[in-house]
Amino acid sequence: MATTAPPEGLPVSRPTYADVTRDIVATLGNPGRIYYGLLAFVITILLIGFGALLYQIKVGLGVAGYTPPVMWGVYITTFVFWVGIAHSGTLISAILFLFRSAWRTAVYRTAEAMTVFAVMTAGLFPLIHVGRLWYAYWLIPYPNQRMLWVNFKSPLVWDLFAIGTYFTVSTCFLIVGLIPDVAAVRDKATGWRKKLYTITSLNWRGTDQQWRHYTRAYLYLAALATPLVLSVHSVVSWDFAMGIVPGWHATIFAPYFVAGAIYSGVAMVVTLLVPLRRVFKLERYITTDHFENLSKLLLLTGMIVAYAYATEYFIAWYSGNTFEQASFWNRAFGDYWWATWTMIICNGFLPFFLWFKKIRRCIPALFVLSLFVNLGMWFERFVIIVVSLSFEYEPYAMGHYTPSWVEWAIMAGSFAWFFMWFLLFAKNFPTVSIAEVKEIIPMPRKKA
Amino acid sequence: MRATPGGILAAYRHVDAASEAIVALKHSGYENFTVYSPAPNEELFEAVDHPVSPVRLWTLFGGLTGLVTGYAMTMWMSYDYPTVVGGKPVGSVIPYIVIMFELTILFGALATLAGLAFHAWRSNRRAPFDGRFSDDHIGIFVPCPVERRPAVEQILTAAGATEVMVETG
Repeated sequence: MATTAPPEGLPVSRPTYADVTRDIVATLGNPGRIYYGLLAFVITILLIGFGALLYQIKVGLGVAGYTPPVMWGVYITTFVFWVGIAHSGTLISAILFLFRSAWRTAVYRTAEAMTVFAVMTAGLFPLIHVGRLWYAYWLIPYPNQRMLWVNFKSPLVWDLFAIGTYFTVSTCFLIVGLIPDVAAVRDKATGWRKKLYTITSLNWRGTDQQWRHYTRAYLYLAALATPLVLSVHSVVSWDFAMGIVPGWHATIFAPYFVAGAIYSGVAMVVTLLVPLRRVFKLERYITTDHFENLSKLLLLTGMIVAYAYATEYFIAWYSGNTFEQASFWNRAFGDYWWATWTMIICNGFLPFFLWFKKIRRCIPALFVLSLFVNLGMWFERFVIIVVSLSFEYEPYAMGHYTPSWVEWAIMAGSFAWFFMWFLLFAKNFPTVSIAEVKEIIPMPRKKA
Repeated sequence: MRATPGGILAAYRHVDAASEAIVALKHSGYENFTVYSPAPNEELFEAVDHPVSPVRLWTLFGGLTGLVTGYAMTMWMSYDYPTVVGGKPVGSVIPYIVIMFELTILFGALATLAGLAFHAWRSNRRAPFDGRFSDDHIGIFVPCPVERRPAVEQILTAAGATEVMVETG
């Protein structure tokens, strides 16, 4: 007997509307020991990171291991890493929405929440990096005591606007998407949760008028968020490309950074989805097909990143610029060769495994691969920032930077901060969109 | 606080039944009824046939306001304390395009959100609600005086309502 494949994005055993509500509302129940164990672990790491930050505030930025000329180290590396992680969330939620890609419905909420929490994490680092974080408001365009305004020609100010806008728009997009789902949860909840969801659902009842305005607003938010995906990491890349440091001053930086950001972000989505799916028993909604589609995105962006690596080395050689050539030689064979080769192997070679369908559909293999991609992408930023700064033009001005334990602890704390928010979100809000999963399931008809 | 008006509330399992009911109601001259659905549905949108939401105008004006603000802010602040940086003109439009772009998106998104909140609030009608309408049923509430209720009930039932309830208001 011939079977018909379900439409793209639909779970294989097609659930009914009632199944979707029941199954996703069930994720808000008791998640079990694994969840609480993870939460306790990340809170412990967060406290260690917070302790290290307090120590840095008390003693001063000297504990951070900065050595001239390397005055951008682990903090800025981790900042760029988290901004990059934030990228695929909007790609999956906004760009794939505009392309009417049905498979995104089951995974986009996770990606979108990840985006917001990643930007929240990234935003900590400029504050930590400046040392006296209580002066962070100096970044805001207001005149100082001498009525001098901020310099709008500086890429660092562009960055503030870009990331501020990205955070605001991503948060709006996440909240707007959550409203109908929170209303669905409200109608099933009891006790204090009912009160919480009644308030947060903003009187949503799914009326024709509400859907009329909602669907349009969601479409325009997606349309506005789409250019942000491409612009934010381009602006971040200009923090470097606008400088005349060898290894930074390249026109390839914007697309190179955007591809890398999406690559690392998709890897983080896989890293989050694999345990989420298991802990919250979402196997019916987040299927192997979803992971295969994410793998294809990983493969595409991984190939672009590998191509960018090759182009960087080619241009350094072809330009005849001795400083560029020396810089790239130093990357591969200098003091930090281990960082460079970690980056190249994790980001340039490992994604080639994704050409094999068996790997793309093997969830444990994908999970391991995603961890390596995240590791590689952190090292990519380390290589671009630290290795380039340590080896500029004048040999007497070159230096070696070794991160201190304080920096490692704060960096680990940032991961804990990110995972803590994600775990709390996953426990209290639907991580799979109830309304959008229902939207791709054909409604029952009396005339079949 | 306004009371919920009286009328007929019907629940449907089938989308085509609900669409038929909406079309029949409109043919009978009813306009101010409320349709509930757990997810957006094209068939229901076509049956209800609302004009396009004015939220788009909020997005447009928000975006344009952001663009103008980005230009005005950067230029005014540059000339308020003119400092030559890197040999560039005091008011350099090209680097300011980044700020203009970001504010266009930011203001556009915030205006969209404000537009959604405003129009959703403005078009909100008092109507009874049932928790099934956010789960797996479509609901239609027709506010009407007591003498018209049998006729409305007849229309809603004929289309295939699984349940019809009289709301006394």
